[in-house]
Amino acid sequence: METVPKLGNNVPPKKDKLQGKKKKPRRYWEEETTQTAAGASPGPPRKRKRNRELRPQKPKNTHSTKKSRISKKPQVPKKPRERRSPGPQRSLSGAQDPFTGPAPVPVEVVQKFCRIDKSKKLPRSETKIRSRLEAAEAQEEEISVKAARSELLLAEEPGFLEGEDGEDTAKIRQADIVEAVDIASAAKHFDLNLRQFGPYRLNYSRTGRHLAFGGRRGHVAALDWVTKKLMCEINVMEAVRDIRFLHSEALLAVAQNRWLHIYDNQGIELHCIRRCDRITQLEFLPFHFLLATASETGFLTYLDVSVGKIVAALNARAGRLNIMTQNPYNAVIHLGHSNGTVSLWSPAMKEPLAKILCHRGGVRAVAVDSTGTHMATSGLDHQLKIFDLRGTFQPLSARTLPQGAGHLAFSQRGLLAAGTGDVVNIWAGQGKASPPSLEQPYLTHRLSGHVHGLQFCPFEDVLGVGHSGGITSMLVPGAAEPNFDGLESNPYRSRKQRQEWEVKALLEKVPAELICLDPRALAEVDVISLEQEEKERLERLGYNPDTKPPFQPKPKQKGRSSTASLVKRKRKVMDEEHRDKVRQSLEQQPQKQEKAKPTGARPSALDRFVR
Amino acid sequence: MKVKMLSRNPDSYVRETKLDLQRVPRNYDPTLHPFEVPREYVRALNATKLERVFAKPFLASLDGHRDGVSCLAKHPKSLATVLSGACDGEVRIWNLTKRKCIRMIQAHEGFVRGICTRFCGTSFFTVGDDKTVKQWKMDGPSYGEEEEPLHTILGKTVYTGIDHHWKEAVFATCGQQVDIWDEQRTSPICSMTWGFDSISSVKFNPIETFLLGSCASDRNIVLYDMRQATPLKKVILDMRTNTICWNPMEAFIFTAANEDYNLYTFDMRALDTPVMIHMDHVSAVLDVDYSPTGKDFVSASFDKSIRIFPVDKSRSREVYHTKRMQHVICVKWTSDSKYIMCGSDEMNIRLWKANASEKLGVLTSREKAATDYNQRLKEKFQHHPHIKRISRHRHLPKSIYSQIQEQRIMKEARRRKELNRIKHSKPGSVQRVSEKKKRVVAVVK
Repeated sequence: METVPKLGNNVPPKKDKLQGKKKKPRRYWEEETTQTAAGASPGPPRKRKRNRELRPQKPKNTHSTKKSRISKKPQVPKKPRERRSPGPQRSLSGAQDPFTGPAPVPVEVVQKFCRIDKSKKLPRSETKIRSRLEAAEAQEEEISVKAARSELLLAEEPGFLEGEDGEDTAKIRQADIVEAVDIASAAKHFDLNLRQFGPYRLNYSRTGRHLAFGGRRGHVAALDWVTKKLMCEINVMEAVRDIRFLHSEALLAVAQNRWLHIYDNQGIELHCIRRCDRITQLEFLPFHFLLATASETGFLTYLDVSVGKIVAALNARAGRLNIMTQNPYNAVIHLGHSNGTVSLWSPAMKEPLAKILCHRGGVRAVAVDSTGTHMATSGLDHQLKIFDLRGTFQPLSARTLPQGAGHLAFSQRGLLAAGTGDVVNIWAGQGKASPPSLEQPYLTHRLSGHVHGLQFCPFEDVLGVGHSGGITSMLVPGAAEPNFDGLESNPYRSRKQRQEWEVKALLEKVPAELICLDPRALAEVDVISLEQEEKERLERLGYNPDTKPPFQPKPKQKGRSSTASLVKRKRKVMDEEHRDKVRQSLEQQPQKQEKAKPTGARPSALDRFVR
Repeated sequence: MKVKMLSRNPDSYVRETKLDLQRVPRNYDPTLHPFEVPREYVRALNATKLERVFAKPFLASLDGHRDGVSCLAKHPKSLATVLSGACDGEVRIWNLTKRKCIRMIQAHEGFVRGICTRFCGTSFFTVGDDKTVKQWKMDGPSYGEEEEPLHTILGKTVYTGIDHHWKEAVFATCGQQVDIWDEQRTSPICSMTWGFDSISSVKFNPIETFLLGSCASDRNIVLYDMRQATPLKKVILDMRTNTICWNPMEAFIFTAANEDYNLYTFDMRALDTPVMIHMDHVSAVLDVDYSPTGKDFVSASFDKSIRIFPVDKSRSREVYHTKRMQHVICVKWTSDSKYIMCGSDEMNIRLWKANASEKLGVLTSREKAATDYNQRLKEKFQHHPHIKRISRHRHLPKSIYSQIQEQRIMKEARRRKELNRIKHSKPGSVQRVSEKKKRVVAVVK
């Protein structure tokens, strides 16, 4: 599965011919033969992508090389530019630099890093503020170009699975994949046969290195699943409803039959939190250090694990809560209810931020992807729907599954896994930001028991499935982000690095009050309080200091400054201002009239024939 | 079937030996760095709090004078040397690195009114209440020699201030008139007056070196050009100006320290409105000095505090005070723009950091990067109410605090009265005058 479209792959041969006609200057290292080879090989597209590349300084009269430097395909020797700038830049040796100017960056990559919405115009403001805004915008653009350049340094490429022509990838069995891949990857596929402790829930740590699972009959274990080294294994002698790693692999929260318990990585019980009782689901918000718990009593409780205080306890007023997921983009909690709605919660608000009616009948599972744009839900009506979370909350696509999915999970690169009965289906989309297409599954796998928990492992092409027969680690090529950020979550971090990271993370713990639908809202202008302030200022001063004072003619030279002439000059300016106003209002009027026409005229029965 | 699994070689992610640095691969993809804005906000908040924690500006107090310090001067060539004159006629030269007095001279009888160094740093001038101008060598007398001035000029009237030209062997004194002297002569080249009054200070412009400014007790500030024998123009303010200081970066900008608790920054090309009124002091402002960058200046006040103002802001960014510091008479910003010195009534010279929370000494590159990053964050989020409140908070002595409250009430009352007057009179008969225009009485050319 190749998801990211690469630039300059398919080129119409027409353009090539055109280029072939032009006489090309030769590069100094090029032989005659390579030159002809370059002419024959499909060169990069010329015209179309010309303005799709950003270059900080565009030298005039030079052709930009049209191929992305970032694409990792083996590059055929590129054609040098046809025309040069008037003053040929020659080095001491007399050779010409075939790649003058800074290297081009593909626009798509720059777009990924750009934080400014360029479609919005800058507000009308003072020149000083405006110039500052413009400077900030230019700086932002420069930064995004620089970040796009650094893509070149990324070491790994995502995995993929492609069938031969006509072969359905969904028919490929796990055993085939295991056979085809290298030993290290094959070792990532394993089954833990734990039949006697019932259906399992599981959770990967944020770095993707550790796995914790808890069975209904009280079996709790945590292990480094890559090396298969067991950290702890205990039986809590009580039903385990859910299990979750806290910020690092050293702490483990277990929702047991009665209360919430916290264990360390050796299985020693550290806390028993009695204020959180009868919990069905757990979610951990890593940047806020909040453990969100949904309980049978209908309460959504936020526990701050860094200080051990309950930040908020919200009554959802929807009965038993057993479907919960977090939006990793904005830390909003999504709760699924038995009346078919999904409600969005933040600890700062007593009421839900939004309610989305998703299904007829109850909601069975909810999942949100890593970019926070898509939500997948499945309901008792056997539907699987994908919603757009950006503003409108409209369904993008829907599909009826024969049994309906009981568990859903998104991977880092936007793959959607659904557990229906004892089968896991996985759908793929076109890249990270696009929704998975529900037409045809990408992979399917049948397990030895009914699915009870699903999670994609971060930074590994692995899907962990907890079921009634134990744990299965499935290989899903192309699921995970290949390049991790060492300062954010590093699977290979040492103990010291973890400690350092932990201190830093605690120092920049985001307050719970800042959770809202748009996490970038803090960087925007607070228009409401600005207007309020302006209003208060007006009231306090008693006049508007920003209004233009009325025109006062300056006294002129001796003899010309009679009262009559002063009045005349004053009137002239006033008339001019008045005329401007009239002109402006006239310009606006036609638009108003057009709008007003249909309502203004009395409706008649013959109107329907008017075109 | 074509398949590729993500398979990393641990060797390329883990360091080889313990002596190596840890490998930290980076990926700047925004989806891997969620909550970018809230996290930066929290970092900015932490940085602001730490700035207040580390704000310890007081460095040292130089004691030794036996009377109030009346004037200070910087050495043009040596950062560590400072000269000070006291009210008992004593001049002391200090070494700032050792924080010790290295030389003391009984220069005058009565006050030392003014002190200035020559641009080359070999000698300095003092004027005193004993109607004399004396030139002294910067180095002390050798063994067996007596402490004597190089030259002594006996004048007819008391001199109240002195300043040396920035490039030539010319200096100016003020008293009843502004005199311009050649160093080689015992009588002034020219003396300029505009009305009869006692002029309290005179300052040469550091860029347009022929220009001078002076301020007199009849509330005016007069500008002179040394090349012509008459003054250029003058501006009359509401109250008396104590000193002026020229901006070392912008030739036409100067700041005047006024008796009405405010400082006024003027553009000498348009004297009818000040560019900026700087208000925060609660008593007469006695001295002002620019930082060498020309972006900030420091002012000393009778209210026992010194304040640092940005040139383009009307409110101060910093206020320094200690329990023992009395009325501050003179203040200087050192030439490396890092420190501030102030001389006060209770015979001490105090040394402060210009940037209160700055770490002194050599910074490692990582420290420097961290401070730069924090500085940028603080700038980015400076308008957020929580951060603004913390960064603006200063502890003030009770006297200043209560004075500020009182003056706020008075100002409010004046404003209310003006509003009422406008409200209850015929529209247009009472004009609203802007705060800046109100303070300038007249400009005379």
